[in-house]
Amino acid sequence: MRFTRTSKMLSVAAIAALSLSACGGGSNESGTSEGTTDAVIVVDGSEPQNPLIPTSTNEVGGGAILDLIFAGLVSYDADGKPENEMAESIETEDAQNYTITLKEGKTFTNGDPVTASSFVDAWNYGAAAKNAQLSSYFFESIEGYEEASAEGSTVETMSGLTVVDDRTFTVKLSQPESDWPLRLGYSAFFPLPAAALEDPAAFGENPIGNGPYKFAAEGAWQHNQQIELVPNDEYEGPQEAQNGGVTFKIYQNDTTAYQDLISDNLDVLKTIPTSDIKNFKNDLGERSIESPYAGNQTIAIPYYLPNWEGEAGKLRRQALSMSINRDEITEVIFNGGREPAKDFTAPVLEGYSDELPGSENLEYNPEQAKKLWEDAEKIAPYDESQPLTIGYNADKGDHKTWVEAVVNNIKNNLGIEVAGKPYATFKEARTEATEETLTGALRAGWQADYPSLYNFLGPIYATGAGSNDARYSNPEFDQQLTDGLAASTVEEGNEAMNAAQEDLLEDLPAIPLWYQVAQGGWSSNVDNVEFGWNGVPLYYAITGK
Amino acid sequence: MVWYIVRRFLQLIPVFLGATLLVYFLVFSLPGDATAAICGERGCTPAVVAGLREQYNLDQPFWIQYLLYLKGVLTFDLGTNFSGRPIATIIAEVFPTTAKLAIMALVIEAVFGIVFGLIAGLRKGKIFDSSVLVLSLIVIAVPIFVLGFLMQFLIGVKLQWTNPTVSGDATFTELLLPAVVLGLVSFAYVLRLTRTSIIENVNADYVRTATAKGLSRRRVVVVHVLRNSLIPVVTFLGADLGALMGGAIVTEGIFNVNGVGNTLYRAVLNGDGPMVVSIVTFLILIFCLANLLVDLLYAWLDPRIRYA
Repeated sequence: MRFTRTSKMLSVAAIAALSLSACGGGSNESGTSEGTTDAVIVVDGSEPQNPLIPTSTNEVGGGAILDLIFAGLVSYDADGKPENEMAESIETEDAQNYTITLKEGKTFTNGDPVTASSFVDAWNYGAAAKNAQLSSYFFESIEGYEEASAEGSTVETMSGLTVVDDRTFTVKLSQPESDWPLRLGYSAFFPLPAAALEDPAAFGENPIGNGPYKFAAEGAWQHNQQIELVPNDEYEGPQEAQNGGVTFKIYQNDTTAYQDLISDNLDVLKTIPTSDIKNFKNDLGERSIESPYAGNQTIAIPYYLPNWEGEAGKLRRQALSMSINRDEITEVIFNGGREPAKDFTAPVLEGYSDELPGSENLEYNPEQAKKLWEDAEKIAPYDESQPLTIGYNADKGDHKTWVEAVVNNIKNNLGIEVAGKPYATFKEARTEATEETLTGALRAGWQADYPSLYNFLGPIYATGAGSNDARYSNPEFDQQLTDGLAASTVEEGNEAMNAAQEDLLEDLPAIPLWYQVAQGGWSSNVDNVEFGWNGVPLYYAITGK
Repeated sequence: MVWYIVRRFLQLIPVFLGATLLVYFLVFSLPGDATAAICGERGCTPAVVAGLREQYNLDQPFWIQYLLYLKGVLTFDLGTNFSGRPIATIIAEVFPTTAKLAIMALVIEAVFGIVFGLIAGLRKGKIFDSSVLVLSLIVIAVPIFVLGFLMQFLIGVKLQWTNPTVSGDATFTELLLPAVVLGLVSFAYVLRLTRTSIIENVNADYVRTATAKGLSRRRVVVVHVLRNSLIPVVTFLGADLGALMGGAIVTEGIFNVNGVGNTLYRAVLNGDGPMVVSIVTFLILIFCLANLLVDLLYAWLDPRIRYA
């Protein structure tokens, strides 16, 4: 929706009407939030890259929409704590066999009840190789995933999933994993109505969900323009809409969106463009926010590079890490909009610790760095003919500035040849990483799918893991991860995860740089804007003014 | 004349084949695997990658891919892009917006350019002429994104005369600002071309004859001087229409216009072969048609030119 003059007048009238009725009624409303709850909020979005099916969406543009129109077994509150959503209970005795009971009377917006099959069928669809769903690996813990997801497999169901009755199903994992229930709020685990599986392509254009919002009408997704959502009146749960709808306006770049924000044509912008980071607090004042979220930035150095293997490689990695002045870079380049890293995960997660043994390797210490580098030289001399490069993709995200800063730090402190290496496109960099043909280090950003330490460790550093760009392999680390997953409680699991991190801090397969902080702003038309644990605004809580 | 037009249309066939082949090959040779763009930061399992490659024919060698694409085009099926949407639908969505924008820009630059150029040419060396020349030089010298951001900030954000960005409806008033920005540089060229051409023709024999015959100054200027001076201008405008259709990537980006330029830019980044080739081919055809139109206009402007 555009803010034409008429709509502005309408909202003024609405506010006037509301305040009048408040005066007339005389009784104080007990609502926690001020402001109107019927305003339509215009927020920035990016075009979903795939049909809006939970298991085929792997990027933030589509993810933001799915999180509003679907509700999983659990959802995450602002701090990332899971709360039961569709689930009445999730029970287990051995962290391997789970019995899930659903709440009564939950429906999709087309009237279909949300049953055990809605979950089981959706998960089976997501895992089966023949459907080629991008997020299929999220089901890897479930027994029978291997058979269903193997290349060319025609198996359509996972043996670990059993429907008991309409409201109950059981899940058997292939090994005990105590943090598995934490994952169930991620979009890949959302339920689907029967209609979805009959014609996925059509469903992806006009999805039917069970979440706090729904599509305003058929065709509410105007590609590359906007997606219009309205509250789902049937929904009852922790994320009930406090506004009259959310319209995602799709922008090609943040700079343009920022112009719309400061002229009140856009209500919420979740990422301030780099060019305006220096002045957005002046422009917006009270209407800006900096909110740490579960994401980090690292530089992965592959072990297959000649200079970076073995004991010498380890010492060199440590030297590199200690020669980077994280405090200065986060202050000067990001204007304080990043937090220097102290480990491999993120501070908003439960179990996070900033004083793990080995975290001193992430502190700026040029003297020690030089000494470590010299120690490495004694073991194996540095091959000058293959100087280190730090790769980054130049098409999205504006990484050039900080990569150059890191490069200068290393050059000045270690006196070696280092250079930034821009890749024209993201896919070019990813292809080299996948095919093991990188000729230097590569920047890697990770944003949590679900709030768990394991999500920052397993998929990136476990032997053979999908995003293990460094090709790190350490049996001790792998074992600690497995133990951590098998622990009977999440707390015990976190202890094991942090023990595993000590290995990483020693080996540094990737060099952690900083934790991400969401820098956003809102217009003078809205109130109650808060960002969640994953850096996404809590859209449902925003109210009009 | 009819034969001439038919012949020109027949010439489009080899142009079409050559262009698609060349562009398809260029996109095919881009570094990086297209499935890497689809899978994103997390990557996909090998089974999923294999499934995607099969779905988009990426597992086939270049010639097969190209022939499959050609077969699709000939049966009026352009296929789908990497998001699974029909390419024909996408072009139908974005093309009208870009066409509107391009035509508005073209009208702005043609009307203002020719009128100002005419006045400047007739008053050669006077104050109006000199100031217009200096102004046009400044416009040509300043990069278009500077002009774009500047005007967006002044008119959209500070003065709030219009929205800083264009909504999905792309209404006339919303497109006015980007059209002015887009037309500004060409306006300067049109102005200078018209001026030079007018100055040359004002002293031509036929103009002196027309004046000697006792025709009114108005008729001499409009019918004799201006009409004959327009040939280089029309050539420029014809080529510019093609450029405006596909080359507005910067302006479309600044004003968030959902047009051809933006769509093409995204497709190139994703290595979305069929999408890039379809749009580029479409643009080439438009370019050829605009050129044909220009050639036909020559004959109308200057009766000495005839086609057989």
